[in-house]
Amino acid sequence: MKFSEKWLREWVNPSMDTNELAHRLTMIGHEVDAVEAQGDGLDGVVVAEVLEFSKHPNADRLNVCQVSTGNGSAVEVVCGAPNVRVGMKSPFAPAGTKLPNGMKLRRSKIRGVESNGMLCSAIEIGLGDESDGIVELADDAQVGQSLADCLDLPDVSFDLDLTPNRGDCFSVLGIARDVSAMTSTPMKDPSVAPVKATIDDEHPVELVHPEGCPRFGARIVRHIDMSAESPIWMKERLRRSGLRSIHPVVDVTNYVMMELGQPLHAYDLARLNGPIIPRLAENGEKLTLLDESEVELLPNTLVISDDSGAIGMAGIMGGLSTAVTSDTKDVFFEAAFFTPEMMAGVARQYGMHTDASMRFERGVDPVNQIRAIERATELLIEIAGGEAGPLVDHHVDQHLPESRSLELRKTRLSRILGAEVPGERVTQILSGLGLKTEPDEDGWSVKIPSFRFDIDVEDALVEEVARIYGYVEIPEITAIGETPLATATESKIDLETVANTLVARDYQEVISYSFIDEETNTLITGEKSELVLSNPISQDMSVMRGSIWPGILAATSANVARQQDRLRFFEIGKTFHGTPDKPNEVVRVAGVVLGGNVDEQWGCTAQAVDFFDIKSDLMAILGMSGAPDEFEFVAAEHVILQPGQTAKIFRNGECVGVVGKLHPEIGRRIDIDKSVFLFELDADKSFAARVPVAKTVSRYPIIRRDIAIVVKDEVTASDLVVAAESAAPELVQSVRIFDIYKGPGIEAGLKSVALGLILQETSRTLTDEDADTVMSAVLRKLQQDFGAELRD
Amino acid sequence: MQSLSELVTQAESEIAAASDLVALDAVRVKYLGKKGELTARLKGLSGLSPEERPAAGQEINIAKKAVQEALNTRRDGLQRDALAEKLKADAVDVSLPGRGIARGGRHPVSRAAARIEKIFCNAGFGVRTGPEIEDDFHNFTALNIPENHPARAMHDTFYFPGGNLLRTHTSPVQIRSMVKEGVPIRIIAPGRVYRCDSDQTHTPMFHQVEGLVIDRGISFANLKAVLHQFVENYFERKAKLRFRASYFPFTEPSAEVDVEWEEGKWLEILGCGMVHPNVLENAGIDPEEYTGYAFGMGIERLAMLRYGVKDLRTFFENDLRFLRQFN
Repeated sequence: MKFSEKWLREWVNPSMDTNELAHRLTMIGHEVDAVEAQGDGLDGVVVAEVLEFSKHPNADRLNVCQVSTGNGSAVEVVCGAPNVRVGMKSPFAPAGTKLPNGMKLRRSKIRGVESNGMLCSAIEIGLGDESDGIVELADDAQVGQSLADCLDLPDVSFDLDLTPNRGDCFSVLGIARDVSAMTSTPMKDPSVAPVKATIDDEHPVELVHPEGCPRFGARIVRHIDMSAESPIWMKERLRRSGLRSIHPVVDVTNYVMMELGQPLHAYDLARLNGPIIPRLAENGEKLTLLDESEVELLPNTLVISDDSGAIGMAGIMGGLSTAVTSDTKDVFFEAAFFTPEMMAGVARQYGMHTDASMRFERGVDPVNQIRAIERATELLIEIAGGEAGPLVDHHVDQHLPESRSLELRKTRLSRILGAEVPGERVTQILSGLGLKTEPDEDGWSVKIPSFRFDIDVEDALVEEVARIYGYVEIPEITAIGETPLATATESKIDLETVANTLVARDYQEVISYSFIDEETNTLITGEKSELVLSNPISQDMSVMRGSIWPGILAATSANVARQQDRLRFFEIGKTFHGTPDKPNEVVRVAGVVLGGNVDEQWGCTAQAVDFFDIKSDLMAILGMSGAPDEFEFVAAEHVILQPGQTAKIFRNGECVGVVGKLHPEIGRRIDIDKSVFLFELDADKSFAARVPVAKTVSRYPIIRRDIAIVVKDEVTASDLVVAAESAAPELVQSVRIFDIYKGPGIEAGLKSVALGLILQETSRTLTDEDADTVMSAVLRKLQQDFGAELRD
Repeated sequence: MQSLSELVTQAESEIAAASDLVALDAVRVKYLGKKGELTARLKGLSGLSPEERPAAGQEINIAKKAVQEALNTRRDGLQRDALAEKLKADAVDVSLPGRGIARGGRHPVSRAAARIEKIFCNAGFGVRTGPEIEDDFHNFTALNIPENHPARAMHDTFYFPGGNLLRTHTSPVQIRSMVKEGVPIRIIAPGRVYRCDSDQTHTPMFHQVEGLVIDRGISFANLKAVLHQFVENYFERKAKLRFRASYFPFTEPSAEVDVEWEEGKWLEILGCGMVHPNVLENAGIDPEEYTGYAFGMGIERLAMLRYGVKDLRTFFENDLRFLRQFN
């Protein structure tokens, strides 16, 4: 909320400068977004009166004015403003003055006529960003007085970022209350003297929906002069509070809203048809608003209606058909209490957010309506004349908020804060905030005033005390609690370790968005996701990813486009499956590799990375499970991978991941013409870990025996290893494949595989005869299972 | 015939002149070989009388020993030289880079998150995670943000048909953890969060760390202490903190915390407060028995401050040139 410091200081005037005030406001919860100086640099600008003017002899649009600046003879000045008139008072900058925009005025001739300064527009003196002529000052402005004094300048505009719980602070009155409590400075009495009715006219109001509108203050003011101008002081205060001057009626309602926090609405009485009835909108009911937009109303919306139908969205914006115009003679003021429950979220569903709706949603003081109308009447009559009718306070008491009392216990206060606040200080703080506070046996009995909707629990009182007392006064104490040690499991490899292992193997971590475009998601996962956002930020971020691959592939092609020719990316994150109502989130570890197996370097030639480089990286992380033997790579197919270079990874028969080479067709579609390998693992399944159980290490020597066999091409390496191991499980410690050969000497469709077996006994030294027995058993097994033949 | 001493002097000078092991061996053969000159002199002893022999033999043996020692010394020298020569030839340019694969790196956001986790884990916090597709109850209602609460407007929520949503903060993990584990509890919950907002200073996805401590007698003073220690730890320097009153529906009292970045320049780094009694009750905890604090911070913000990143959006562009700076 933006407001003028001078205006605030009229209500409460603590002895501290602007910066200190801004700092203190920030510290008690009203963050100051901006402090904007107003009316600086007006030295030399004075109030002048236009004594006479005549057309410039050499320029159609210019006038030559004689102005009085209060000391001696008239000053001649050329002026191009269309609104200049005799008797008008306006800011005058004599030659030699430097204006706030940096312009330095010189005595000069304009088209042959001497000009000794300038009559100023709002823009020229920094008092606005629009203008249709020179500024017209009040008739009673004192000629010769400095403009700054005349306009109560300089001033400062404060812009506060109010928190949504403090609806009561959307007014000078509300801020003044907090400042008063914060600085222990008394504030101005907010009461307004009633304006006596001089006519009897009333307009009927019927509260048929008191749940939404339990109070409606109403008053007629007749015979106002719509040609009257709002006084410059009011326009200035509104301007410094971020509001534009429109005409006296709107200005008065805005002024009162800014001052007291109560939004008001003024209707053209002549355009009302029958009683005013706040009611719920009918479905499909239409209304043209003040800003000339048409809305189709929803049945949860409270409207103000008369016999013609809806004439305003209650507490949000008035309607065009009953708006005050320059022809208006009589106005009807509305100052209502629309309940926060009624107003919550309503404006937002129409994409609207107005000064009024913001205040009603957060709660306006339900006893402030009468005061607001009195104040508005007083101001309007002062500006535009007119005669006030009686102020009518329509209300349905059982729907008005009940007054609440809360108990604040001393023990609770110190327990929550970890600090002792002196009792008298607590009473003083709460009373200062307008909370009627009585010390009692356990603490304080506090009556919550009607304007504080946010104080609904004891701890809210703790907060009130703490923020005014000052968070800075609360000490720092390290907690000693009963919370037991945090758990640390060894049954799962933590993803930090996985990430760091991949990093050690030359992978760079990336983070891509969890939402991606639907087409890519469907292409890569092979199925259409049901997890489509209702309000995506854009179409290419509209479905939840079913795989990390789209994100890391996008990162890959973006980097390839930036001339990177070797990339190794990984990402750890969730993929999303199932339906919006029953989503299933899976943590995955995914990677993409493109380019050489090593960076270009001396002393070794980079080779294009292949399936087995990736498999080795995978086994490095899967092996941390302590159970590398549980994983099996099985040839498989995948929609975006190249057949024959794709495997599913199984752990104890359950699929835990996929690895393979990107299909060149897909690569082409995303502008990558190099070979790319991809993997994706389900983290929970892959990284469940086995706690190691140590076995005794044999002290006896090993025997290594090698054997070369010829088998059919389709026999897999892992099948051979498993079979060889199973032939003599006690003695075969390990089997490795050290050569695979196809070519001359081996019949087509067959391959030669060389196996190295490590044999060892735990209780004795193996003999050559033992080894021979094992090798025969192994060969038999391989012959039996795969028709293997010993290679000569 | 030359005297023995002349012979030794001559041998010694030949030994010194031998430039390699082969030449040296020739010298050895010349003097000590089967037909060597000193060997011949030993043989010549037989021509002496038995009285003369011992003295003459001893002299020859002394001469032999002298020559042998000279040979040994020279051989050691020549061998050392030969090895030194060989080693010299083996020298490498140690400034050449090491071979093989290089090292990759973590994403700066993960790096900051890991650091934050480590600091809190050292203080006995456990790490928890929760779903990113949340329901309205856990994301809002249970956190004391009822339907149509104005605070919801601040959240710019992504919705799915049917009412589920992408969590707007990590705070729902508070509720889930309290309900699941009960109290006392001391956890942090890092993770991705989402808000429907995208401009220079907002990305629709970002990361937060939530902290929650519930125990008997936990106070705002404890909260101040833990956050002050955290910030000094994270930035590895003394830091001035400023707790400003603020508002979050799920804490009371609430505060925003600024750190003094430069003299007089305060930067907001996190929000916190004492857990609202309604939130405790929503999780089945008696607020009269237990009190607690909660805090939440943006990991990107902390990463930006720590590593001098100027533009939030660069975190999600995954430009290798940007990412490599944090390796």
